[in-house]
Amino acid sequence: MSDESSLLLDGLPVAFADGQTIMEAAMAAGIFIPHLCHHPDFKPQGSCKLCTVKANGRYVSACTLPAKDGMEVENNSPDLNDKRRTMLQMLFVEGNHFCPSCEKSGNCMLQALAYELEMLSPHFPEFYPDRPVDASHPDILLDFNRCIMCSLCVTASRDVDKKNVFAMGGRGILGRRIHINSESGKLADTDFALTDRAAGICPVGVILEKHRGFAVPIGSRRYDVEPIGMQVERPATRAASDEQA
Amino acid sequence: MNNVETLCKAALIAVRGGAWFAGLGTARSAGSKLLSVSGDCARPGIYEYDFGVSVATVLADCGADDAQVVQISGPSGITLAREEFARRIGFEDLPTAGAFMVFGPHRDMFEVARNFAHFFAHESCGFCTPCRVGTSLVANCMDKIANGRGSQYDISEIFKIHRLLHAASHCGLGQTACNPLFDTLNKFRPAYERRLRSLDFAPAFDLDQALASARQMTGRDDPAAHFGFAARSVGGES
Repeated sequence: MSDESSLLLDGLPVAFADGQTIMEAAMAAGIFIPHLCHHPDFKPQGSCKLCTVKANGRYVSACTLPAKDGMEVENNSPDLNDKRRTMLQMLFVEGNHFCPSCEKSGNCMLQALAYELEMLSPHFPEFYPDRPVDASHPDILLDFNRCIMCSLCVTASRDVDKKNVFAMGGRGILGRRIHINSESGKLADTDFALTDRAAGICPVGVILEKHRGFAVPIGSRRYDVEPIGMQVERPATRAASDEQA
Repeated sequence: MNNVETLCKAALIAVRGGAWFAGLGTARSAGSKLLSVSGDCARPGIYEYDFGVSVATVLADCGADDAQVVQISGPSGITLAREEFARRIGFEDLPTAGAFMVFGPHRDMFEVARNFAHFFAHESCGFCTPCRVGTSLVANCMDKIANGRGSQYDISEIFKIHRLLHAASHCGLGQTACNPLFDTLNKFRPAYERRLRSLDFAPAFDLDQALASARQMTGRDDPAAHFGFAARSVGGES
């Protein structure tokens, strides 16, 4: 027996350290498992379900399930990619996503995954929810139409910035949304700042820096240059400075 | 497992011993089960039976001789049609948390399933994508069929969403949310199909309806201001 534990990911042996999840093991090995709510710097919560894989025959979230020695994991298969595509379509119709007019276009994980998984249409009837934007803050715009309920802003603001600016609340498709932790419910009445970790964490186009739009030309944006599936080694940080680089 | 049923049984086992308890019920389901019988029956209430009791026995006891359907273990459980009433309560056949809902012959099983679909859309906490969005998509699909705008396509969609929710939902609510639709679609297909506009495809929205506000604004109602069926029927009248 070797000292190192390993699992089989789509038939390839992948070594992992004790305590690593399937997602962490795959990322360390340079293998892409589609995901939206997972971020390597934060504790996984497993809500988007894009990383659903089959481990020893059972559907599980790769971001939350600890890897086990000898585990057989199916990841890049027609069945799983079909399910992921359907969940992307669900996320698209649940919100109001108009990529051509969105500043995050080209740097958006939702859009990049839709391309990666060959999602050609939203498929389902659109919900067209009424989600007002919050433009109260001098430096930051919040466009909730694009929110995919990943909660990364909640985690980053709470655990890194120690500010607790955001909270996820409400139930079901109509109720669930991000709340701003101020009496008015407006971002301007919090101590949120552009330098906060949470300001650059949004995988889609909800949290946007004001006074600079479409800074990177089409063709040079992050996912224009290389598809998301090829960027495994680059942590999915999405700070404004990251985009400019 | 600190519910009242378990605590009562633990107390009885302490008094009478494990052998006594194991002697009740069936080989694989020892003991007794409390059933909460509700719906179209003469005597609803809480009944206690040894495991292994048949659905037909419970129906006879609660006064539901003409039952059409029994829903075992709540909306996410199993929908039983009349020919399955010989099946037995127990882990080897019909596992249940205790709910036993009786539906009489006058109930429309499509409307029952639609009600369950809305129940799950309302109950979904919204944490995970498939359940949050999927339960609402299914409820809307059922409304579309109820409104006479459904087609075979919508039934395929319900099956597709059922498979996804079963596989990818975070918890049991989402995983089982489409069970009553899956069961009623398999056992009461005509209740769905007689509502379908076509057995092929019908769009999710009404093009002609969408033009209503434009017609109102322009004061027009001639055949050229209508789409599809409506255009033909308006045109036929003039």
